[in-house]
Amino acid sequence: MAHAASSPPARKARRLVVSLFATVFAALSLSLASPAAADEVGLDEYDFRIFGIVELDDAPLEDVRLVITGSGFEVEVETDAEGRWAVGVPDKADYNVTLDEESLPEGIAVIDEEDETPNVREVTVGQSGSTVANFFIGEGERNTVSYVDQVLDRVFNGLNFGLLLALAAIGLSLIFGTTGLSNFAHAEMITFGGLMTLLFGVFLDVPIWLAIPIALVLSGLFGWANDAAIWKPLRRRGVGLIPLMIVSIGLSLAVRYVYQYFIGGGTSQLPGATDTTNSVGLFGLTWVDVASMAVSVVVLLGVAYFLLGTRIGKATRAVSDNPALAAASGIDVDRVIRIVWIMSGALAGLSGILWAYFRPGVSWDMGFQILLLTFAAVTLGGLGTAFGALVGSLVVGMFVEISTLWIPSDMKYVGALVILIIVLLIRPQGILGRRERIG
Amino acid sequence: MSSSAGANGAPVKSTGLHVGEPAPGVKKVDPIIVADGIKRQFGGLTAVDVEHLEIPRGAITALIGPNGAGKTTLFNLLTGFDKPNEGTWTFDGQSISGVPAFRVARKGQVRTFQLTKALGLLTVLDNMKLGAKGQSGESLARALFPWFWRKEEQEIEARAIDLLTRFKLDAKKDDYAASLSGGQRKLLEMARALMSQPTLVMLDEPMAGVNPALTQSLLDHILDLKKEGMTVLFVEHDMHMVRHIADWVVVMAEGRVVAEGDPHEVMANPAVIDAYLGSHHDQDLGDPDTGVVTAIKELADDDADESKH
Amino acid sequence: MIDWLLLFSNAAQEIISPTTAAYALAALGLAVHFGFTGLLNFGQAGFMALGAYGYAIATLTFGWPVWGAVLFGIVASIVFALILGVPTLRLRADYLAIVTIAAAEILRLLFTTNTFEPVTGSANGLQGYKGGFEDLNPIPAGTYGFGPWVYNEYDWWVRIFGWGLVALAALITWRLMKSPWGRVIKGIREDEDAVRALGKNVYFYKMQSLIIGGVFGSLAGMIFILPRAVVPSNYQTSLTFFIYAILLLGGAATVLGPILGSVVFWVLLSFFSGFVARAVEAGWLPFMSSVQAGQLRFILVGVAIMLIVIYRPQGILGNKKELAFVK
Ligand SMILES: Nc1ncnc2c1ncn2[C@@H]1O[C@H](COP(=O)(O)OP(=O)(O)OP(=O)(O)O)[C@@H](O)[C@H]1O
Ligand SMILES: [Mg+2]
Repeated sequence: MAHAASSPPARKARRLVVSLFATVFAALSLSLASPAAADEVGLDEYDFRIFGIVELDDAPLEDVRLVITGSGFEVEVETDAEGRWAVGVPDKADYNVTLDEESLPEGIAVIDEEDETPNVREVTVGQSGSTVANFFIGEGERNTVSYVDQVLDRVFNGLNFGLLLALAAIGLSLIFGTTGLSNFAHAEMITFGGLMTLLFGVFLDVPIWLAIPIALVLSGLFGWANDAAIWKPLRRRGVGLIPLMIVSIGLSLAVRYVYQYFIGGGTSQLPGATDTTNSVGLFGLTWVDVASMAVSVVVLLGVAYFLLGTRIGKATRAVSDNPALAAASGIDVDRVIRIVWIMSGALAGLSGILWAYFRPGVSWDMGFQILLLTFAAVTLGGLGTAFGALVGSLVVGMFVEISTLWIPSDMKYVGALVILIIVLLIRPQGILGRRERIG
Repeated sequence: MSSSAGANGAPVKSTGLHVGEPAPGVKKVDPIIVADGIKRQFGGLTAVDVEHLEIPRGAITALIGPNGAGKTTLFNLLTGFDKPNEGTWTFDGQSISGVPAFRVARKGQVRTFQLTKALGLLTVLDNMKLGAKGQSGESLARALFPWFWRKEEQEIEARAIDLLTRFKLDAKKDDYAASLSGGQRKLLEMARALMSQPTLVMLDEPMAGVNPALTQSLLDHILDLKKEGMTVLFVEHDMHMVRHIADWVVVMAEGRVVAEGDPHEVMANPAVIDAYLGSHHDQDLGDPDTGVVTAIKELADDDADESKH
Repeated sequence: MIDWLLLFSNAAQEIISPTTAAYALAALGLAVHFGFTGLLNFGQAGFMALGAYGYAIATLTFGWPVWGAVLFGIVASIVFALILGVPTLRLRADYLAIVTIAAAEILRLLFTTNTFEPVTGSANGLQGYKGGFEDLNPIPAGTYGFGPWVYNEYDWWVRIFGWGLVALAALITWRLMKSPWGRVIKGIREDEDAVRALGKNVYFYKMQSLIIGGVFGSLAGMIFILPRAVVPSNYQTSLTFFIYAILLLGGAATVLGPILGSVVFWVLLSFFSGFVARAVEAGWLPFMSSVQAGQLRFILVGVAIMLIVIYRPQGILGNKKELAFVK
């Protein structure tokens, strides 16, 4: 899974204060300004030049040090009061422009998520004989205040992600608990929620407040249909757990490509998903984020009430604990399993809708992208325990988002999966799981 | 092969196994297992809490107790399949606490399981051969070159067939173990354990689910083991069988050893009746009235005899 | 109209194609893991990636000769097996499944990330590592063969080398599984506690099995890249699932099953995809675009996996009684 949906552009744009000038504009401003205004080195000696401007929020930064190397040549320059700089270079060639971050004011840094070393730019002096080298300057990691801001931003993102993961993970865990099935096709139930919302909310133009409930009902039905058409007959046949798991892998593959068959390989947006204007003004959260978290929390509380407070919920837990004993004590195991599938379908569908807003976008393999994280969450919490799945999801969600503070975002799932392996090493039965009995 | 039984069918019992009064944790003349302070908890439940226990060498010891007394858990602990919260124990004078299960087995302490573990998709003969210890063909490097292990394999096969014949399974040797009946699987598991030529065999409910026609032959096998100089420790619920073959009985209830002694004395022990009738019954009855207890005991014994006929 | 001859000829080519050999070898490794030992390895794609990248990186970055590069790929897969095995081989089978699938994804993400671009080529992958292998080719330049199987000297060299490795691996597996070692391995598949109670170091045997199957996977990864470039997106989880499909098709607990499974799988898939693509071009399937026709094969593989597991779990060559599924 995990075709690494890197942080969406909208989010990045929000967080970074970009000062990137188009070449033409920079060249224009340079030619208009008096030559003395820019701190210039070697412009007379050499025919070719590299220049730029260092600004934060349109405010120029003075005395920022830059080192330009390449072609066996090295030169240093500092920005002037308007943030400008320019150097002459001897050849039409490739140069490295390094911005010395120590010379930036406290709390300011060069930021580019895609780039390991954002303060180094490679530029080429080509036909025109001159080129621009500018940097993404923003409130950087070295400032304690804005660092806290960043952490909080990540924490809320992680919480949001963890909660939506939990919706899927609890269903997966309940199915595992009651039937023993490790259902790889859960991914397709997640995607199904997003797809149905797309179908009704976008293609059929149903208002979104109606499209989502329709999608949820259909997701519940989809869960039921999964059980009725495939899993129940297979249970009747007495097919073992590992064959069942492999059947679910086949099903996952087939259904996933059926989705692609119909909607293609692209990504489509749900209404309001890319709207960044409606920010709450708190940690970069939008109203969509807030609504998503609120829905997750309410639904999770509902699930908790169902499991702890209702008869059928208690029966579900009893079946999870020991299906044979539960059946012997008069619980209708088939009914419990049916309800679990419907509920898991609806929860997975909801998780898919929220995931479509979080990524953002609906695509044929969106569920598969988080399937492994869902499994990681369920395993972390302890296979088959619903509350373990919740804890596991929050851990995974938080970890994935917060780890992007230190590791490149295209590797953010790596951290979560590594954590999974480490936890299993320390606590093989998962966070809330129990040990198996032997003999 | 049931020759170990005396003329009138009663097996010869070993006596004089203990030192001093028979009480829980009594010292043995020649113990093969000595356990101290073993405690195993599952969440809030203390499944095993044994202060001191010695198992006599060269004798048949029965471990009895009501369901959930902790017998299987104690087996798991002693054989390294589970780890206790605390406690130490020795086998043959060597400390084996914390030693992994396979090493314990290599030292000569081999067990069977309450839920039979026949290796279903291996043939009966392969099941048996797997039991043999120290096979050079089991090392990856040598496995590729049959001339290293062909001779050894033949010897093992001969031994396996010999044992299978004794257990009346030789006709089945080329069948998959999955095709055996429940009782035959118990026999196979026991025979397989014997392939390793152990010094102590630990059998977890060897008779459970076995057809009465087969139990007599199983009992004979167990008595044969003793004759061959092996020590046997077995868990059993059928009191009649326990009385029939055991030289020593250890009674567990709620994780503790509540009584020890030779089979007849133990059956007369009030603590045993308490254990089987529920732990709180003495409080309910106030002072233990020996008359009542004896009556209950006799009833229990009669039931056991009854079920035999 | 449909050129049936071309369809059949394309399908026939798959019988000896290096890709078929690579999948056969990877499936054989999986047979050692899953069919014989009962280890649910869902990370075979990771082992293949290690072979492919190990070989390419050792050649391109370190400048090693062919034998050194092959050795490097093998060692990499052994280290990977150890890293996977140490934490998980003591756990229940389903945990191994989740950890292996996760580890394979970790590898793929590490090969894809821009962070290691100079070594891994990130999303673009690597090429230009074939020189050393070409130099070893004993076949004089020219075109050889008959019928649909006409190739130049390099293509033949790749095929001979690939299938040679498959044959060698099959021989080794066959010997091992007939030995006392194989008996322990199969015993572990049936019930590892029982085997442990008989004094066998189950953990150690499982590790050996994981390593052997992993090395097969790694060698398969090397064969896989001889006719193409190393591209990280080839090593997704679906690769592992395809190999499972092949294994189940042929028979999980057999030596020849994975090989036959691979041949049948690729011949059928090639024929089917070719047929659908031509049929779409010919306008026989007006409701389908050619892109959609390409996706049909995945749907087919998925459905095939389900049907085999349900209706013929022992595969083509397996013995009904000895089907690998126990629990
Ligand atoms: N893995 C486990 N997890 C939780 N509780 C356990 C576990 N294993 C055993 N127990 C509990 O420990 C207690 C002792 O179990 P054990 O299996 O040792 O009993 P036993 O004496 O063998 O009973 P029986 O005669 O029915 O076989 C029981 O209450 C059981 O429920
Ligand atoms: Mg027991």
